[in-house]
Amino acid sequence: MSSSIFILLRQELLLSLLIFILLFIKIGKERSNESILNLINILLVVNLAAGIFGMSEGGIFNGMFTTNAFIVLEKNILNLAMLLISMQSYAWLKNHKQLAEFYLLLFTSLLGMFFMISSGNLLMFYLGLEMSTIPLAASANFDLAKRKSSEAAMKLILSSAFSSGILLMGISFLYGTTGTLSFDVLTAYISNNPMQLFAFILLVSGFAFKISAVPFHLWTADVYEGSPVAVTAFLSVVSKAAVLFTFTSILYKVFTPIATVWYGVLVVLSITTILIGNLFALRQDNFKRFLAFSSIAQVGFILIGISGSSQAGSASLVYFVLIYVFSNLAAFGVVSVVSALAGKENISDFKGFYKTNPFLSWVLTIALFSLAGVPPTAGFFGKLFLMMAGAAKDNYGLIIFAALNMVVSFYYYLKVVKAMFMDENEAPIQKLNVPGITKLAMYICMAGIIITGLASLVYDYIYSLSIGI
Amino acid sequence: MNLSLLIILPLLTALLILLSKQLAQIRVIGLAGSLAQLGAAAWLLKSYMDQRAAGNTATYLFETNTVWFKALNINYHIGIDGIALAMILLTALIVVAGILVSWTMEKLSKEYFFLLVLLSMGAYGFFISLDLFTLFFFLEVAVIPKFLLIGIWGSGKKENSAMKLALMLMAGSALVFVGLMGIYYNTHTFDMVEIGKMGISLGVQKFFFPFLFLGFGIFAALFPFHTWVPDGHASAPTAASMFLAGISMKLGGYGCLRMAALMPDAAHSYSWIIILLATIAIIYGAFATMMQTDLKYINAYSSISHCGFVILGIGMLNKTSINGAVIQMVSHGLMTALFFAAIGMIYSRTHTRMVAQLGGLLKVMPFISTVFVIAGLCSLGLPGFSGFVAEMTVFMGSWQNPDGVYRLATVISAASIVVTAVYILRATGKTIMGPISNEHALLSDANWNEKLAAGLLIIGILIIGLAPFLINQLIMPSTDFLMINIDKAITLK
Repeated sequence: MSSSIFILLRQELLLSLLIFILLFIKIGKERSNESILNLINILLVVNLAAGIFGMSEGGIFNGMFTTNAFIVLEKNILNLAMLLISMQSYAWLKNHKQLAEFYLLLFTSLLGMFFMISSGNLLMFYLGLEMSTIPLAASANFDLAKRKSSEAAMKLILSSAFSSGILLMGISFLYGTTGTLSFDVLTAYISNNPMQLFAFILLVSGFAFKISAVPFHLWTADVYEGSPVAVTAFLSVVSKAAVLFTFTSILYKVFTPIATVWYGVLVVLSITTILIGNLFALRQDNFKRFLAFSSIAQVGFILIGISGSSQAGSASLVYFVLIYVFSNLAAFGVVSVVSALAGKENISDFKGFYKTNPFLSWVLTIALFSLAGVPPTAGFFGKLFLMMAGAAKDNYGLIIFAALNMVVSFYYYLKVVKAMFMDENEAPIQKLNVPGITKLAMYICMAGIIITGLASLVYDYIYSLSIGI
Repeated sequence: MNLSLLIILPLLTALLILLSKQLAQIRVIGLAGSLAQLGAAAWLLKSYMDQRAAGNTATYLFETNTVWFKALNINYHIGIDGIALAMILLTALIVVAGILVSWTMEKLSKEYFFLLVLLSMGAYGFFISLDLFTLFFFLEVAVIPKFLLIGIWGSGKKENSAMKLALMLMAGSALVFVGLMGIYYNTHTFDMVEIGKMGISLGVQKFFFPFLFLGFGIFAALFPFHTWVPDGHASAPTAASMFLAGISMKLGGYGCLRMAALMPDAAHSYSWIIILLATIAIIYGAFATMMQTDLKYINAYSSISHCGFVILGIGMLNKTSINGAVIQMVSHGLMTALFFAAIGMIYSRTHTRMVAQLGGLLKVMPFISTVFVIAGLCSLGLPGFSGFVAEMTVFMGSWQNPDGVYRLATVISAASIVVTAVYILRATGKTIMGPISNEHALLSDANWNEKLAAGLLIIGILIIGLAPFLINQLIMPSTDFLMINIDKAITLK
């Protein structure tokens, strides 16, 4: 049995190993930042590769930790996102004194997410969630010289603590009414009993906080704006994706008996989330705030897909998250480079950007088109499949609403494109010298955006692994 | 013949353009690519006619059906009938002409030609699709190039026009998407052929037909969603205007036609609304044109009026009127493209499009002025040109509808031709006749590329105008197939 533990836990063990290596690097002899960064990126590639090869299925620790091919896939997507973020923050970290700590915090957070996704028990889930949240708050404070960064960290930790409290309360109510915390056993006891419904609402609120669904989104914009770009990217892609994966699997696995209840909740949440996210994104000038609100709107679309509660629903979620990793990280990559090398973070600074930086402009444009859902980018397929999954419930009002909101979101994405390509600017951002490794990350994102959509085998593969209700 | 060639050719051209370095190279690749498309389209026409002559009576020829997204039952299903082929030929002609008139484009020329070619790829893909998802995919592929083309290379308040156009067209495709979802979840397939066979229940048709028809209608400038047309056309660079009016608005008309055939019961019950909106568009477009002083706005508003005839023909739902609608699409595509090309040639020399500031151009640029007059006469429906054939067929078809109100709509629409004559004759007369201003007296006539572009389009117009039986031969069998479905609905009622 001991060997199977290693296989089942291999992604977590590898990540722990990475954390230890980092610690040794930190206490070891002085090294240049470049060499450490290169080493870390190589290790991350190994980490990703080790996750891809060989699937495993089973549970350990009395069902506390479960894994299967679908979960391994989800973790691989997170690993990929981590690698891309690391490659893209090269320019920023190269001159940062505490880069080892930065990676330590993010890896620990990622490890927590892995345990959360694999949890088969509400306690394990809570443990993983906390393990992922606390290092994140510390890393949000990583621009030590900036007051806004500290403010962001403070806001993140307070709102996280609050939402964790709510979650914990929901969990304890559930335990009180059912006497168990294990997912497998719990399902049999879930019913329309008011106490359990109350516990469910508390749980959903906790989740909604983490994925910043409206009306639990208020922390998002400030935290995103204040944090360093790499942390913002991590928050908006990796952290959100992990919670969404867990949320979906708990909804589909544990709360199956009250599926009609959570369907209604999801519909309401998605409508408010899309609407508010879109309306606020319309008026943002800071690029990170803009991406924060646009990512809120994206979560609304994801909730529509989840509400489909079919195999296509969970497949389209993972599919969309994969596409979202590519497109959002490409956008964040450009913002990160511009912020690190030119010190500018506003959309209005991007006026005339195409004249000086055609490559970065195209990357950003394609990324934004993918976020907006324009073919032939993968975002088109991702969004459409989410809505198709949602439409399976014959709730066409919701689909009409979502489709029209896609048009609204189109407007603000196009506004950025317009600024880059069409607006005149006397002093545009000068020509930036993008580090090679960051460029590589952008190429990977571009390839991902094109291939994930057009090559249907990606979707078919995800679909074959996914499980509906 | 493999229809995917029509997608691969533009794609290859676009990639080669991206890889090329010099302006001359880009131009040559663009032209060669577009000529290859035209060649492929011509060859397609020949093999299509051969097949038909050999007695192949299948609805769609050259069909290929490949699974795309298996889990969702989405297929890459392509095939053409005569109507689609007519559209493909139109597209190929306009692409060549468009590339030719943009020969002198020097601002960001690589991006410019790339986007033009990408737009044509979207159009080809749209016309050959038999799967609704693939159709929708290509419909949207064609939107973004338009936004960039107008916004970057346009004139006037180009950013606003580009944004307006992109958002309205996206809203159109959002409506189409909702309709597609409705069809998909009631038939569990996107395949138009299969759906046509099994039919869609009456309730579903009635609920989702408006979404689809309005969605495609926005592309075809259906009243009251026509507002993107004038600004978009007027701000766009010449070739983009030609593509917009010649190709892109046809996506809408073609989509409306297919939807009417797919949901004939709903089309019948809503036909009075369709006809009402079409009549308003025809009359409103014509009168609005009278008030315009900018040549591009004149042509853009007249496009609304002319596209109204397409919708009118579809709304009348009989064989002749649908034939007329298809001919009108082709004719209008060629004619407006020619018109915009001529306006572009005039503008690039005189740097004004205001009718009031122009005059006597016939003296210095006889070729361009002649082209301009031909386009104008075709637009007002002079016999011998394609416009006459198309409009005549639509009116004959419409009159077959015995209902009094429909006849009234026909009469009103036909009366709009008088208005058309007024604005066309006024604009052409003022522009090319009379005294010429001193600053325009030394301008040069068309270059070889412009002559070639205009020549190609004029040949197309004359073929339809002088030998209408040719295009009828091409599209008649296919409209017969469409009518089988549509007539079934009538008898059911």
